[in-house]
Amino acid sequence: MPATYYHSVRLDKEKCVGCTTCLKRCPTEAIRIRNNRASIIHERCIDCGECIKVCASHAKVAVTDPLDAIKRFRYAIALPAPTLYAQFQGVHRPEPIIATLFKLGFDDVFEVARGAEIVSHAIRQALEEPDRPRPLISSACPAIVRLIQVCFPSLIEHIVDLVSPMEAAAKIAKEEFAQRHGVDIAEVGAFFLTPCPAKRTAVRAPIGQEKSYVDGVIAIKDIYPAMRALMDQGCTPPEMDRASTVGIKWAVPGGEAEAVGIKSALCVDGIDNVMNVLGAIEDARFRDLAYFEGLACVNGCLGGPLTVENSFVAKNRLRSVMNRTEQKTVVRRDVFDTAYQTLRLTREIEPKDGLQRGGTMRERIERAERIDRLTASLPGFNCGSCGSPTCLALAEDIERGSATELNCIFRLNDRIAALAAEMVTLRESTRFNTLKDTARLREMREELSRYDD
Amino acid sequence: MEMLKESYPVAANDMTCAGDVAAKIKRRIKQLGVPAGVVRRVSVCTYEAEINLVIHSCGGRIDLEITEEHILVHVCDTGPGIRDIDKAMTEGWSTASSAVRAMGFGAGMGLPNMKRNADEFAITSEVGVGTDITMIFHI
Repeated sequence: MPATYYHSVRLDKEKCVGCTTCLKRCPTEAIRIRNNRASIIHERCIDCGECIKVCASHAKVAVTDPLDAIKRFRYAIALPAPTLYAQFQGVHRPEPIIATLFKLGFDDVFEVARGAEIVSHAIRQALEEPDRPRPLISSACPAIVRLIQVCFPSLIEHIVDLVSPMEAAAKIAKEEFAQRHGVDIAEVGAFFLTPCPAKRTAVRAPIGQEKSYVDGVIAIKDIYPAMRALMDQGCTPPEMDRASTVGIKWAVPGGEAEAVGIKSALCVDGIDNVMNVLGAIEDARFRDLAYFEGLACVNGCLGGPLTVENSFVAKNRLRSVMNRTEQKTVVRRDVFDTAYQTLRLTREIEPKDGLQRGGTMRERIERAERIDRLTASLPGFNCGSCGSPTCLALAEDIERGSATELNCIFRLNDRIAALAAEMVTLRESTRFNTLKDTARLREMREELSRYDD
Repeated sequence: MEMLKESYPVAANDMTCAGDVAAKIKRRIKQLGVPAGVVRRVSVCTYEAEINLVIHSCGGRIDLEITEEHILVHVCDTGPGIRDIDKAMTEGWSTASSAVRAMGFGAGMGLPNMKRNADEFAITSEVGVGTDITMIFHI
């Protein structure tokens, strides 16, 4: 797979039964079922993890790092996503959770919620700048940033050009640790504890940055059992700067806009809902909207595919955690003051539709017309039995040369019926088969045996 | 010389389907790999035009023409026509009913917005006959 199309979401071929569940749920139509197995079109996948959530066979997996990966560094810092605080039944404070991370072997902990507080401040500054397009679109959900690259390229200039809280946390955590302990920053590794596969992708193939500050990404569901086993409610972590509710609420839909403190903001969770609203933003339907926070998962990061707790339960629990947490941000003034400059993206975000083909406008129109004719020749049931998500998608696949009309079971049925009828006619019309008839019969038999698969 | 020509009818007062034509046109030009900035401007204008047809007109249609150099969007309806085009082209001026305004439409930004987003914009209207708008977007 080319580096530009790195993906964390993968297929476990052994477990895939070739059903159409993920095919029908993929928001960017990035899945095809071919030879009875799902396959992912890398050019279109945005790592949202919808397929992971719906696959009953657990054939869709996310590649993340094992806990052992922290041994690659002399010093390892844990970067817990605020979502982690809502995963443990009976635990309503971050302290025992942070303390457990030290017990697991991390040398330090830097809450990503603190990164979120700093990023919130920087976003506020970006919003004050004149000439910024409206609405500014949050860059926090990496699946949404990729969705915009693939499906809504005209909105790329609306994406706020600041790193995510994860990146901000990694950068500041490593710098502070190296300085405080007088060690080489290269010896310090930052590990994000993630609810989401798209974050792994964002680290391996960063958007808007040359290199991620994060050195490894560990799935919450993978670290959960070890944490649960070591969890001690009475335990408190060493003295450190702690996140306030301002940062922690980023895990909940609307929390980011609230932390930024902007009134005319719109928050939408769930990838289909986000696609609807992005389409409306493209049409300039919301005139007074200043900020848009789009989250791929229902219930935001709490609904991430790599979490353990039910996201609705987690939402209640996080509220309870926030009731026991400091309400006001404690961040060093100089970090705040420089954030807007130091956390800026250094590279342009580029449109990304690898399936888009060039040629002159005339050639492109001819292709579109061929696709129209093919679509009209298909039944229009959008059943997915052909292995493409809709009849239109199959028509596009045929035009591209990656499928044939006989992938459609209705078209195949018609073809077999026609062959059968021809066989009967041939048999009845010639008592003594001519050589030509025999050859045609053999041809038909071969064709039929091909469809047997 | 146009290479692709499509025509879409728009029914008056049908809020259920309002936006469908603009969505179809957007899908088509995205499919054709039209540059993102042009897609954006065409989307803004066709959506605006379609809503205008639904809310203000007695029904009409939107035609799309694409050539190597430009996209042409032609909008026409069968009335009632605009009494004073200069006024209609003024930002904030609207004849929309309060019911329509309550739905978030009719802010009087429609026509000025279309003119701002199109590279070329022409409008003619006759009361009792209909309105005709042609917008050209250079690719």
